[in-house]
Amino acid sequence: MYGYAGRVLHIDLTTGKTNVEPLNEEYAKKYIGGIGLGMRLWLDYSKPGVEPFSPENPLIVATGPISGTVWPTGGNGHAFVSKSPQSYGVGESKAHGSFGTELKRAGYDAVIFKGKAEKPVYVWIDDDSVQLLDASHLMGKSPADTEDAIREELGDYYIRVAAIGLAGEKLSRIACIINDKTRAAGRTGLGAVMGSKNLKAIAVRGTRDIVVAKPDEFMEYVKEFHERMKGPATQKYRTLGTPENVLVHNALNCMPTRNYNNASFEGAEKVSGENLNERFVAKIIGCSSCAMRCEHMCVVAEGPYKNTMTRMEYETLWALGPYCGVDRLDAIIKGMELSNYYGIDAISAGVIAGFAMDCYEKGILTQKELDGIDARFGNHEAMVQLVEKIGKREGIGDILAEGAKNAGEKIGRGAEKLAQHIKGVEVTGYDLRCLKTAALGFAVSFRGADHNRHGAYAFDVKGKVNRLVAEKGRGKMVRGMEDSYTLIDSFIVCKFSRGTYYKELDDMAKLYSLVTGFEMTPDELKLAGERINNVGRLFNIREGLGRKDDTLPYKVMHLPIPDEGPSKGAYVTQAELDLLLDDYYEARGWTKEGVPTVEKLKELGMDDLIYIVEKKTDAEE
Amino acid sequence: MVKIHERKFVSSDPDKCVGCQVCEYICSLTKDKAFNPLKSRIRVVRINQLVNLAVTCRLCEDPPCVAACPRDALTQSEETGLINVDEDKCNGCGWCIEACDYGAIMLHPENKVVYVCDLCKDQGEPQCVKWCPEEALDLVTSDVLAQKARITAVKKLFQQAVKEASKSS
Repeated sequence: MYGYAGRVLHIDLTTGKTNVEPLNEEYAKKYIGGIGLGMRLWLDYSKPGVEPFSPENPLIVATGPISGTVWPTGGNGHAFVSKSPQSYGVGESKAHGSFGTELKRAGYDAVIFKGKAEKPVYVWIDDDSVQLLDASHLMGKSPADTEDAIREELGDYYIRVAAIGLAGEKLSRIACIINDKTRAAGRTGLGAVMGSKNLKAIAVRGTRDIVVAKPDEFMEYVKEFHERMKGPATQKYRTLGTPENVLVHNALNCMPTRNYNNASFEGAEKVSGENLNERFVAKIIGCSSCAMRCEHMCVVAEGPYKNTMTRMEYETLWALGPYCGVDRLDAIIKGMELSNYYGIDAISAGVIAGFAMDCYEKGILTQKELDGIDARFGNHEAMVQLVEKIGKREGIGDILAEGAKNAGEKIGRGAEKLAQHIKGVEVTGYDLRCLKTAALGFAVSFRGADHNRHGAYAFDVKGKVNRLVAEKGRGKMVRGMEDSYTLIDSFIVCKFSRGTYYKELDDMAKLYSLVTGFEMTPDELKLAGERINNVGRLFNIREGLGRKDDTLPYKVMHLPIPDEGPSKGAYVTQAELDLLLDDYYEARGWTKEGVPTVEKLKELGMDDLIYIVEKKTDAEE
Repeated sequence: MVKIHERKFVSSDPDKCVGCQVCEYICSLTKDKAFNPLKSRIRVVRINQLVNLAVTCRLCEDPPCVAACPRDALTQSEETGLINVDEDKCNGCGWCIEACDYGAIMLHPENKVVYVCDLCKDQGEPQCVKWCPEEALDLVTSDVLAQKARITAVKKLFQQAVKEASKSS
């Protein structure tokens, strides 16, 4: 096979046995790779209703057909897929850097971990040799320190490592998996699934050649995309980076502030992307094979947070900053560094810190219950302390590490209404009260609250629709974006490069064909995007999720935006949400309960998964 | 013989290099028809995220790799300064690898002989320089390298003045 390695590695952590199976070529063509292939494989290797922390819950890491080539942004991604300990449905998260490219060169399209090691181990994949090695001396280490330690002890400084930190070891439901020191497969708590298997790290060294089907035409195409990457489509990422959003969102009053108590932040100027770049960005670096480079490395050189260094993006900046009312960039950078150190998703960590502050200000949690932390909104020291507590699962952090939803329920006294999440996954930096296309995208996202499953906020933020209105037609728009985003995550290319695919499906189909040698038409690819969204939905349905879970956080539906300005008074009513959901399910060809019909699955060539919907659709009729 | 003053080699600008490894992919494709950084004659080093630099052969005067070879497999071209490897003589013993201060000469993973940058003499120009998306790579003499370093140093010293000058121009 070209592009694909053609092999899937199975590792049973209980027995230590490994075996390699050929990649199912039909799956490759139908589900492409990355999250598509990962979700499809997960359904094959798991039983319905499996507990996320059970040894029987497979943890899958998949590359895509483009991984390992020089394709700009496409060579370097990998995706983790498992059942999420947050949503109890699809857990999936991608990361870039250089781990995915190494895994492909080791000769694998996917690795499937099952079972649970008796003692902490790390797996050492050295091309065909796969070993489980003792990790007891690595316990408690940060992912970055784990990476360094493994390279040192194996004596090879080009080994790539994806590891969990203390949070993953302690089964924090917001734990992530970090590679290349600062690149996180952040969302949906997959670091805890890895921890539940006593698997501290995955170390890879791959030496095989990656060859594409049509090298000359491929290189011509690479050249063209190198040019496109220098153009306007990627300018934002190459210059200010995603933190540019701070002032944009603030001006539209669509930046959730102080745990959704406001939609704009008076301290926005202080934490703007402009300010960040001027004062803290020391270097912009790139992932393997990228011709765009976007990773803004920030360094704090003075003050109480001196000698802090981390990557920074809008979402994490927003969560640790405005969402906690914090207007100090140095503290935000510290919060981010701590999140990476303990291995927690910094978006969720910030949202949970904001939640705890809201509980404190409303008198639900006392200072004593918060281990003495004066958790006022805007107290940067409190934010940093809370992140640290969450990372260590220490004191109040033990409850908060369970995620906003669980923490809210455990604390009670109304705290559950302050927990802003969808399907147990904490919200991200778009105020859904005044971005109603985005609200639909968030509600139906198969991995819970997230902007990266659909990017539907673009219609609202760019003024292509009236963002304050819920109306028919939004379902089709969300559907289209979702189908394109699942392809991006299955190929895997970087979302920051999405604008360079001028003729989206045509370009992507051409790329796929040149790399793999499998002729793929734009129409077939479109169908693949739809198929992958359906497999995500089927995953969730098999695990018991449905229309009732396609909902919005409490405040989005009950607390109108109080801020003076363009979004004042906006929120989403149940009737509006129902209208949006009905419209979306119809656009998808699903039932009113959001279940794919047998006809739809046949149309998509998914006959082998009809068993999941048969009973459901019968019951509805 | 080309004097050392005129000898050109591939140099990477640490201010511009982002560690993306495009040079590695292009090098292995050019020389071995495959994407495989392990077969690249130029290698990227990233230290602590902030320091990124691609390193390759610098065509040294009196090259230690040539001196170290016990089988006379390595020679330096008098004309270009390039290191030539006689693949029939080389047995992969690795003395040259140890002798090189830059890690620029390596054992090929399959051929069991050493290999080193030849400035893509068959292609007419170094392909890594041509493809580097950041224009961080350059084919330069040591004199030009010094010129560039001086300009950068002065620009840094007079950052504010340079900014204002470029605004007014």
